[in-house]
Amino acid sequence: MASASLTAHVTPLDAGAPVAAAAFLGQIPALALENGTVLLTTPRAEQRISAHHDASILVAVASGDKFITGGDDGRVVAASQDGGVQEIADEKGKWIDALATRSDGAIVWSSGKNVRARDKDGSIKTFPAPSSVRGLAFMPKGYRIAIAHYDGATLWFPNAAAPPDHFKWKGSHLSITASPDGRFLATSMQENALHAWRVADQKDMRMSGYPAKTRSLSWSFDSHWLATSGADAAIIWPFKDKDGPINKAPLECGARQARVTQVAFHPKSLVVAQGYEDGLLLLCRIPDGAEILVRAAPKGGRAISALAWDHAGGRLLFGAADGAAGLLDMPA
Amino acid sequence: MDEKIPVTVLTGYLGAGKTTLLNRILTEDHGRKFAVIVNEFGEIGIDNDLVVGADEEVFEMNNGCICCTVRGDLIRIVEGLLKRKGKFDAILVETTGLADPAPVAQTFFVDADVRDAARLDAVVTVADAKWLTERLKDAPEAKNQIAFADVIILNKTDLVCADEVSEIEARIRAINPYAKLHKTVNCAVPLDAVLGRNAFDLDRILDLAPEFLDGEDDHEHEHEHHGLKHYHDEDMQSVSLSIEGDIDPEKFMPWLQNYVQKEGASILRAKGILAFKNEPKRFVFQGVHMLLDGDLQREWKPQEKRQSRLVFIGRNLKRDEITRGFMSCAA
Repeated sequence: MASASLTAHVTPLDAGAPVAAAAFLGQIPALALENGTVLLTTPRAEQRISAHHDASILVAVASGDKFITGGDDGRVVAASQDGGVQEIADEKGKWIDALATRSDGAIVWSSGKNVRARDKDGSIKTFPAPSSVRGLAFMPKGYRIAIAHYDGATLWFPNAAAPPDHFKWKGSHLSITASPDGRFLATSMQENALHAWRVADQKDMRMSGYPAKTRSLSWSFDSHWLATSGADAAIIWPFKDKDGPINKAPLECGARQARVTQVAFHPKSLVVAQGYEDGLLLLCRIPDGAEILVRAAPKGGRAISALAWDHAGGRLLFGAADGAAGLLDMPA
Repeated sequence: MDEKIPVTVLTGYLGAGKTTLLNRILTEDHGRKFAVIVNEFGEIGIDNDLVVGADEEVFEMNNGCICCTVRGDLIRIVEGLLKRKGKFDAILVETTGLADPAPVAQTFFVDADVRDAARLDAVVTVADAKWLTERLKDAPEAKNQIAFADVIILNKTDLVCADEVSEIEARIRAINPYAKLHKTVNCAVPLDAVLGRNAFDLDRILDLAPEFLDGEDDHEHEHEHHGLKHYHDEDMQSVSLSIEGDIDPEKFMPWLQNYVQKEGASILRAKGILAFKNEPKRFVFQGVHMLLDGDLQREWKPQEKRQSRLVFIGRNLKRDEITRGFMSCAA
């Protein structure tokens, strides 16, 4: 168990509703709540923005100083740090199932099989995926989008005439993420497994053995490690070598009698923040596995459901499925 | 305490009256709120309820079990609906007329997240009294839906005469003698006939007598059933076996598991209540194709006869093989 503790450096926040996602809008900590609200917190005041009236936020990702949210009202909305709300799209009641953003302001979302990419100038392109889309990610280079669906993933250039590239692997693919250096693509699967491809030649890598679905995936800044949820420890796969984790064992960080539900690598160092199903949160250092407690499991606590580091890595924002939340200020 | 959300699946061949039943459930003054998963928006008008469009995407699980198909869209939708937990009391899933109910049911066996959040309450099949006989001949989907059902609403009985009703009823019973059957006009049934059935709840599997012998609360029906002709359906049947007394779990469990592995594709539903040697509690199980769910239930009552009983409903079931296998499990 963690011997060191940062619990004294955490400011508790009351989100008031289950937290769907966390992000820093510029410097402002923000939580997207399942009740359709975006909560902005500053040291002096908090502001609640009704992004999806009488609806739930299903997915939310930050884009610069905006929180982009997708709801079960079929709308994609941008909530700004000044409290403004701008509707990006209305899919006529069809749920927004997946969402991703890029630093230049481009957004991609999906409802059912339809994927729509909106570039920084607002031009929208549509791609019909072969089956319902469960995960989206921007590739680090070029205006190119990774789409997870049944039987594999697709890489799509919205602005190019080139046909999309299909990465085949049987089964239902859920979350998708590309390594920051663009060499690898990884998906989580319905069958409690992780799948990865080397982008250059589509070489398959299969990582199984999870007791539950792995839905939270986070790369280290140097692309050498991929942290994953879904087990009673954070499972961290080595991706430094050209064959990725093939024939290598993963690191297991913070083993407890509780399942890891969220992972988030620090933006600048080899430290992973990991939240558990009982609300406990800790930091784990790679590769020695040293642990620092951030939040003890509250009595009757629910799962950590959202984690986000600020850009400098000085603050960590977390939210839980019971509406509890908090902000860690890393001591200098 | 987190209660699991009950899920009722409405099936029925095209035009049988599924939408009528759905509207009836939704508009009746019951104070309950539903989340309704439909394939086509439009014909249902709802104020208080939550309607979600589905794509009926059936896919194979990548686990080597060829008939473990699930509804991928349902996994996604149940996950999303949980964000609205507390705003509805139950989920209704309306399938398309040509749908096989098995993938819907299997989703509740296979996906751990769905299973944690929701429980399958019953599969309700609406059948058209005028056309079902024809459909049973030319539409395998219609036969599947009858075989799979926990509750059958034999609708539009006003369009046929009484003899035809008992004819079609006999045809249904040849396929599925165990479902609760209601004869209706405009799907007029009390809501508790279709909701809150607990048909997949191991604790509620009380006995496995064919429904028309059991008569429970429905004396009028019981009376009519006695006059039913006995039909044999060419390809869909039920096999019911019993052993007076105990069986050996060391023999039975491997036999059952191997048998559903081998023949699961043709077994639509399976249920059993078993007396295991030296076990004071009843063992109950149920299954859909290759998937089984079983547990020890309540104790055998002192006046209750320790008896082991097994029921399969399926296509071209090998009665002799099943009988031999089961009988060899006697303790």
